[in-house]
Amino acid sequence: MRLNKIILSFVSALVILFSTSVASFAKVVGDKIILGAAISLTGKYSSNGVHTQNGYNMAVDRINSMGGVKVGGKTYKFDIIYYDDESNPKRAAQLAERLISQDGVEFMLGPYSSGLTKAIAPVTEKYGVPMVEANGASRSLFTKGYKYLFAVLAPANLYLDVAIDLAVEKNNGKGVTVAMAFEQDAFSQDVRLGVLDAIKRTGSKKVIDDKLPKELNDMAATLVKVKQMKPDVLVVSGHTKGALTAIRQISEMKVDVPMLAMTHCDAAKLSKQHGKNSQYALCASQWHKTLTYKDDFFKDGMTYDADFTKEFGYAPPYQAAESSAALLVFKDAFERANSFDQKKVRDALAATNMQTFYGNIKFAPGGQNVDKPMVLFQVMCDDAGKCENKVVAPTKWASAKLIHPIPSWSKR
Amino acid sequence: MVFQYPMISVQACLDGILLGILFALIAYGMALQWGVMNIINIAQGDLVILGGYIAYFMYLYGIHPAWGVIVAPVIMYFVGIAIYKLVINKVVDRDLFISILATFGISILFMQLMNFAFGADVVLANSDYGTTMLFNNNVVLPNSKIFSAFISILFAICLVIYMKKSKLGRAIRATAQNARAAKILGVDTEKVYAATFGINAALCGVAGALISITFTIHPYMGLPYTIRSFMIVIVAGLGNLPGVAMSGMGLGVFEEFADYILGTEFRIGSVFLLLVLILIYRRFKLSRKREYLK
Repeated sequence: MRLNKIILSFVSALVILFSTSVASFAKVVGDKIILGAAISLTGKYSSNGVHTQNGYNMAVDRINSMGGVKVGGKTYKFDIIYYDDESNPKRAAQLAERLISQDGVEFMLGPYSSGLTKAIAPVTEKYGVPMVEANGASRSLFTKGYKYLFAVLAPANLYLDVAIDLAVEKNNGKGVTVAMAFEQDAFSQDVRLGVLDAIKRTGSKKVIDDKLPKELNDMAATLVKVKQMKPDVLVVSGHTKGALTAIRQISEMKVDVPMLAMTHCDAAKLSKQHGKNSQYALCASQWHKTLTYKDDFFKDGMTYDADFTKEFGYAPPYQAAESSAALLVFKDAFERANSFDQKKVRDALAATNMQTFYGNIKFAPGGQNVDKPMVLFQVMCDDAGKCENKVVAPTKWASAKLIHPIPSWSKR
Repeated sequence: MVFQYPMISVQACLDGILLGILFALIAYGMALQWGVMNIINIAQGDLVILGGYIAYFMYLYGIHPAWGVIVAPVIMYFVGIAIYKLVINKVVDRDLFISILATFGISILFMQLMNFAFGADVVLANSDYGTTMLFNNNVVLPNSKIFSAFISILFAICLVIYMKKSKLGRAIRATAQNARAAKILGVDTEKVYAATFGINAALCGVAGALISITFTIHPYMGLPYTIRSFMIVIVAGLGNLPGVAMSGMGLGVFEEFADYILGTEFRIGSVFLLLVLILIYRRFKLSRKREYLK
């Protein structure tokens, strides 16, 4: 009984402490602009959630140390209140409510993943809270007529259509046959729609169109079909597990296909887990360190890569880079609005037209960034088995020439 | 498609059988403790994943992950005993619902702990076993799958012999038949229960190590394995090892064919449909028997 009492009083003390400290936060306090974010720090998205948080923190530190945000002749610093959404959409929506109505946050940063952004967007929209998000690419986010949602990244339907274009180009402009394997989630299905558009546009033909289950860890059946049908391109999208499973089984089953295009190879650290077996895979990416975009805060991709690695001990995946870019967009919008009025900031955000180390940023009326193409990199390995991701498309940034067709397994 | 390319049928059969054998191993563990303790273990899949992580960490430290099939069951045996002592022994003679709740809780706890300890990344252990090509390269079998099936069969055989010949095995079987009678005749049922749960966890450990070699593992991937083994046990019945093996392989092959004929999106759905049909059929058979007895 006594123990219970002790625990109870301890917990209530904590609650009181916490509520008072939270109450002192609100939108703009003293010289601080408080942003709110629900991030997946636990649960199935926790690794990418942490990348997102690291990206945000890196940008906050950088902007603050380089003079902060100047609004109305005064200098402000960024601060972020984080809550853990447990990778759960319902929880994310609750936390967004809490951030806005209890903590008084007036500006939000996005969570990780399309699904969670979808859960939060109606809440921020209801309260008229501008949200700059960096990790929700699903097309459906941008067709709902949201006025306060801005995404620094290219929408999901643009992820892999570049690959189809590339294959057609290699086929002398003639249509190609495409095998598709997509997980049944919002993001991957959007990627699929983009690929379908590209197939139609280029006069190509889909020969396999498999929808993979959520608990995907075996796609042998799809690969057997690929082996028999011999398509020109195999497109796979199923988050990290899709990328890892595909490479494992393609190499084990010796599936020969002239072009293999995927998403999420970066997060899957393909070449680290699979070494040479991942060679020649094409990966869609929002960002790559060798791109030549520039800004005043992070200089360029290579510098960002080096600084991030120094601070967090691992190379930044694109999820971190785009999250950092979100802060740059907010800073720019605050300064142009020269006010903390939510409507004015929203209008300033809508008029954004800037370059960051991550890419150009300019929002369409739906909120998606229309000024930044996706890049494709190809995993290339040297004889010692050391693999690297090299940008091969679009040609403007290509640091290596696309290897096409992929050499057959018998010749590797 | 199946008719267009006949080799696909051979491939589907072989893939299904190899997959089914692995699932049958997990299902056998479940059947064993279900039969002995009357507990449906929802955490079965999570034990499997934990076993997988043991093999994965061996792989990270430069040991070949195949050794995981020896190390993982040893560690998992003690994990199983610990779970029994902490939780299961308090629910073992309660009704089924309580035990389902308890193991469901363990399952959530394990998922979160594994996520906390190992991170949410999808991982795998590379065995570099290569591939076997059959029929003029038209049928490919990854050696890792063959290895998995072989090890599963080996463990299953060892277990059957152990259950038949050893003292503990006899005690386990006696307890399964009638716990009260076994107790009266001097069997320490508490010990038997603990050992049964430990053996089940060890089997999960073996399966997990094999899964990390053949597929991928992730803290939240346990539930599909629980459901699959649950289904196999439902179809085969308790205490029926050949039945479990057959229904495991049957389900594996059925699943592969469903994938080719109906499409990947109906793969899991068709298995559930089959389960419903089998349950209805069983009920139908049962009711006819009852009528006859009247």
